[in-house]
Amino acid sequence: MSEEKILEFEAPIYFKYSYTAGKTTTSFLNSIKKGKLVGQKCPKCRGVYVPPRGSCPKDGVATEEEIELPDIGTVESFTINYLPIPGGAVDPPYVSANIILDGADLAFMHIVDGIDHSEVRVGMRVKAHWKPKNEWKASLENIAYFQPIDEPDLPLNHLSDEKNA
Amino acid sequence: MSELAAVVGMGQTKHSSKNGEVSIAGLVRESAEKALLDAELEWEDIDAVILGKAPDMFEGVMMPELYLTDALVANNKPILRVHTAGSVGGSTGIVAASYIQSGMFERVLVSTFEKQSESNAMWALSTTVPYAPLINAGAGGYFTPYMREYKRRFNVPEHIGRIVAVKDRLNALKNPYAHLHIPDINLEMVEKSPMLWDPLTFLESCPSSDGACSLVISSERSVTDNQLPAWIHSTSMRSEPTMYAGRDAVNPQAGSECAKDVYKKAGIKDPIKEIDCAEIYVPFSWYEPMWLENLLLADIGQGWLMTEKGHTSLEGKFPVNMSGGVLSSNPIGASGLLRFGEAAQQVRNKAGEYQVQGAKLALGHAFGGGAQFFAMWIVGANKP
Repeated sequence: MSEEKILEFEAPIYFKYSYTAGKTTTSFLNSIKKGKLVGQKCPKCRGVYVPPRGSCPKDGVATEEEIELPDIGTVESFTINYLPIPGGAVDPPYVSANIILDGADLAFMHIVDGIDHSEVRVGMRVKAHWKPKNEWKASLENIAYFQPIDEPDLPLNHLSDEKNA
Repeated sequence: MSELAAVVGMGQTKHSSKNGEVSIAGLVRESAEKALLDAELEWEDIDAVILGKAPDMFEGVMMPELYLTDALVANNKPILRVHTAGSVGGSTGIVAASYIQSGMFERVLVSTFEKQSESNAMWALSTTVPYAPLINAGAGGYFTPYMREYKRRFNVPEHIGRIVAVKDRLNALKNPYAHLHIPDINLEMVEKSPMLWDPLTFLESCPSSDGACSLVISSERSVTDNQLPAWIHSTSMRSEPTMYAGRDAVNPQAGSECAKDVYKKAGIKDPIKEIDCAEIYVPFSWYEPMWLENLLLADIGQGWLMTEKGHTSLEGKFPVNMSGGVLSSNPIGASGLLRFGEAAQQVRNKAGEYQVQGAKLALGHAFGGGAQFFAMWIVGANKP
């Protein structure tokens, strides 16, 4: 009787990390827990970062001046995802978009919904759709998704990544 | 640079979605043995080993340079590991070249690999900060919005991405080592393949590959007549932060500054005229025209015209990814060195069926991270 050859075997690894938020992120998390989006302004280029990282990567300086931003912004670009990811926040298909809040100079990725996916556009104006207050925690997940508002699309040369075009 | 350096040997595995026959060590060893054979050298001729691969999380083997020391016969020799995400293959070649240029070593073995089948790179690349929803679906999820923006910004027709997807797979048919061999590839097949990240389809994306690539880089005095050296005319690396106010991820500043630097060091004034062909890191179809512009080989907003007119095909004015490129084989950690090595094979006149006739000067390019790490070299048939 021939033995089955062992060519491979499963070897899973699991890790659990404790994330030390630090001064800047702690401040951001305490604000978003209350439904507020607070960014930071670079003292040199005056660029506004949300979520803030405590420094401006462009100028290499600390950012300390805090600035509260509205939960309204513009779709800078997006894709419609059809692939599932382990532990993903939502099931595909869904729209993941780079959204730049009014007054911010850098986009962050979030979900766009409340509209047919084929209708999503670059330059589209969107507003946060918050989860019910009793579900809020210290996370951008307090925003369920961004949904379109009744405003004309932003002229695209207003978007930050148009600068070099 | 003080000493001249040259690529004198290249070896690679047959890339595939799963190489279940050999371990990581076996895979890397195969490419290294082939590189030595090509260079007509023995293990004892190698002074040091430089290893490159993408994040350790991809296979779950931490600090693989330690485990791979025996397979690469680096016992009692210096071994160093390089890590710059997807550009790592390119950076590893440059680090190895710089050791030769410094005069420290005579011959360096450069080995790079990825064995994507051992785990899930798509998962490893689908991460977020712990206080934001997990929605980014792999590299395609991250890069597709920038491809969409390129298309929108310059009003580029839909079929450009599909032209690249077909062209690179046709080239791959001439490369026995390429992962994807799709004999009946055509525009319609690409268009009708499943949508992964709208507007990018399955066949407009790179495969997940197991594979390895090694080079031998030699000093000028150690090059022998029969080795057909590819002389390294210049190298350059640049990086920029993933996120900063006003960043243009469609045309990253670090990429164009890296290109300017690598041309200047090689004494190239008009790159599109002086360079004969290029191996450019194109993991998703739209990145061919995007990088042609970033590399100053086309004017801003005009790169797609080179693609559309067929200039980048094997028979075109400026062939790009003659080997089939990343779209046809993507062992991530090795993909950059494959670009660098395939550029060298062209000027060594050793590219077989995908040889560009009379290629004397070629560009190798790699990028990584959020299109923020860049590595490039120019190699030539003649000494600089």
